[in-house]
Amino acid sequence: MADNKFLVSFSPHTRDPLTTDKVMMLVVLALLPSILVSVYVYGFYAVKTYALAVIFCLGLEALFLKMRRLPVTVRDNSALVTAILLAMNMPPSPPWWLVLAGSFVAIVISKQVFGGLGQNPFNPALVGRVFLLIAWPAEMTSWIEASTFKSGFMFDAVSTATPLGQVKSEIISSGHIVSTGIADVADLFLGTVSGCLGGDSALAVLIGGLFLIWKRIIKWHIPFTYLATVFLLTGLYWLISPEKTLNPVQHLLAGGLMLGAFFMATDYVTCPMTVKGQVLFGFGCGLLTVVIRLFGGYPEGVAFSILIMNAVTPLIDNYMRPASFGEVKS
Amino acid sequence: MPFFGFRGGVHPDYNKGATSGKPIEVMPVKEGALYGVPLAQHIGAPAKALAAKNQEVKAGELIGQSAGFISANIHAPVSGRVVALQDLPHPVTGKTAGIVIEAAGDQSGIVPVNVSAKFQETVLNAGIVGLGGATFPTNVKLSPPKKVDTLLLNGAECEPYLTCDHRLMLEKTEEIIKGADIIRKALNIENLIIGIEENKPDALAAFGKFVSAYKFELIPLEVKYPQGGEKQLIKACLNRTVPEGMLPLEVGVIVHNVGTCLAVFEAAENKKPLIERVVTVTGAVKEPKNLLVRIGTPVKDIIEYCGGFLGDPRKVVMGGPMMGFALSSLDVPMMKGTSGILVFRSEDLPDLRQCSCIRCGRCVDVCPMGLIPSVMDRFVVKEMYEALADWHVMNCIECGCCSYDCPSRRNLAGGFKTSKREVMKILKAREAQKNG
Repeated sequence: MADNKFLVSFSPHTRDPLTTDKVMMLVVLALLPSILVSVYVYGFYAVKTYALAVIFCLGLEALFLKMRRLPVTVRDNSALVTAILLAMNMPPSPPWWLVLAGSFVAIVISKQVFGGLGQNPFNPALVGRVFLLIAWPAEMTSWIEASTFKSGFMFDAVSTATPLGQVKSEIISSGHIVSTGIADVADLFLGTVSGCLGGDSALAVLIGGLFLIWKRIIKWHIPFTYLATVFLLTGLYWLISPEKTLNPVQHLLAGGLMLGAFFMATDYVTCPMTVKGQVLFGFGCGLLTVVIRLFGGYPEGVAFSILIMNAVTPLIDNYMRPASFGEVKS
Repeated sequence: MPFFGFRGGVHPDYNKGATSGKPIEVMPVKEGALYGVPLAQHIGAPAKALAAKNQEVKAGELIGQSAGFISANIHAPVSGRVVALQDLPHPVTGKTAGIVIEAAGDQSGIVPVNVSAKFQETVLNAGIVGLGGATFPTNVKLSPPKKVDTLLLNGAECEPYLTCDHRLMLEKTEEIIKGADIIRKALNIENLIIGIEENKPDALAAFGKFVSAYKFELIPLEVKYPQGGEKQLIKACLNRTVPEGMLPLEVGVIVHNVGTCLAVFEAAENKKPLIERVVTVTGAVKEPKNLLVRIGTPVKDIIEYCGGFLGDPRKVVMGGPMMGFALSSLDVPMMKGTSGILVFRSEDLPDLRQCSCIRCGRCVDVCPMGLIPSVMDRFVVKEMYEALADWHVMNCIECGCCSYDCPSRRNLAGGFKTSKREVMKILKAREAQKNG
């Protein structure tokens, strides 16, 4: 008697309630403090940029899944996370076509072309950012002053430079830092300096990041080793030649380092899966960031570092496999 | 009391409340009911049928002869008449050869086991297999080719829902210890350790009373699945690591489930063959119970005895929810390894829609065997069995922790389970090449 009314499937017959779309939604939730800070600081510009990124990213994801004749799975929320992170990695008031170009590169070129969710070797939002940075350097570095609502709703934004950018150009032109008090630690921490949309407030990023660690969505190993490496190496350089760089605390808080360490380097798809591998990955990210910031042509090195380490991830995963239970080394 | 723990594992909802307080109830034999006794209820070669059609049999009479080294005897669970020798539905293989007995009215008396001077032979005669679910013939396990210094009793019962071992530990405490003592004396083993999960304080207390009288060590175990996995249990209790691909006796240990110990006691002391066992019937049934059921009773009858289904059943599982088998038919008979019958309605079941692996690494964190299930899953999908062998798929204990924790609902453990046969061929070929 074959009774079709019973479902037959492999064990286990019970599962943890956490699903992929919930994981992604928790990441969005963790990004909420940063989103709120950026809306507070940049007002209408921030809202517009987030809205454009979400519409373009989700739209392009749906369109290309349709073209590949696959089920449209935008409801897994992965494109939503990419959209928010991409917007956060752009200047506060990019033109709409810049957001569209970034979304296209992030979703189509960097994700769908490689096979969609889980198959992309590089973090899509960062590929989008780096592409834009190289293709449209002027538009990607036109910063506006961070000033509570004033700029955002009056449509007369004042352009300015980021702390890291100013330091870099002063060192390039005169060999050492000229202006004093460029990057006040309290300003960097709270987010009242100009910069990319999302990385502004180290505090907001930290709240979100710690929330993810508490919820066990990410592990602490990558952010910790990443930040510690940057702190130690910039600290060493600062002790030797303090006129040529910001102090290590400023380095930790400035630019996209916090956002990168907690939200981009920890991207499941593109980081190693084992603890040992993650420590190595975090160290690599930190080392590259410091090298680019101190000796490279760009003031900020987070995006490049993470992308380069993404490329190494398969190698790390392959060679840093932990011993299987009771494994006898031959 | 030492406790060393093991890496990985998960904490599923235990759901044991419905039956943990219910004493074991004997399910009576129904006159005229059909009992289907499969000839393969154990790992290894199926037993050889001894009964013929229309033959009258007595409960406890040998009807299946152990056929080979790793095989077990099968006894008639009830007195009655053999009505057919036919294929019976089986949860794993689809069908299996078996003997169908129609129960007679008179069920008094059980044919006693042939007690032999050699204790292992008595166990073989009684048809005892590992009752934890793996159903490895016990007499083989009790004939270690090496010196063993520790007998470890597995009272973890880490599978959610199941309470049969818990009840046995409460109601048959001394018998279980006596069974272990018989084994200990026969094999000249110094240490006896009993490991019980901390969520069964009453069972721990029950055994605690006998510690000084019988001289054993009682170890409260962390509440975590798969705490009852043989290699995990040895790591947790003794801090010894069983080398990959080897048996516990390699590190001087034999592990037995508490139910198996009781069966050994029953055989050696009371000459009772293994014709019944305790099973937990729970989930969406009217009256969840711990039942002492004759082997061969159809699942249908057992559920009926528990008042029938509660609501609309969607899935019936034989065994625990982590490692049990989903049944396609309620005609499947109760077997020696059946520890539970779980009924799930649609609303009790998890959403199993699969999506792509997002490499979150949760499977890596929970794997108690230190494997990388997410990478291995790609090899399963692409049928890359060579790579699977290199990534130690044979070390997988199929506990299902990876599948349980996977947010993308990948069928990880199931994939490894089905791939093992192919991988085995490759490993054998490699071995042959090395030797030839």
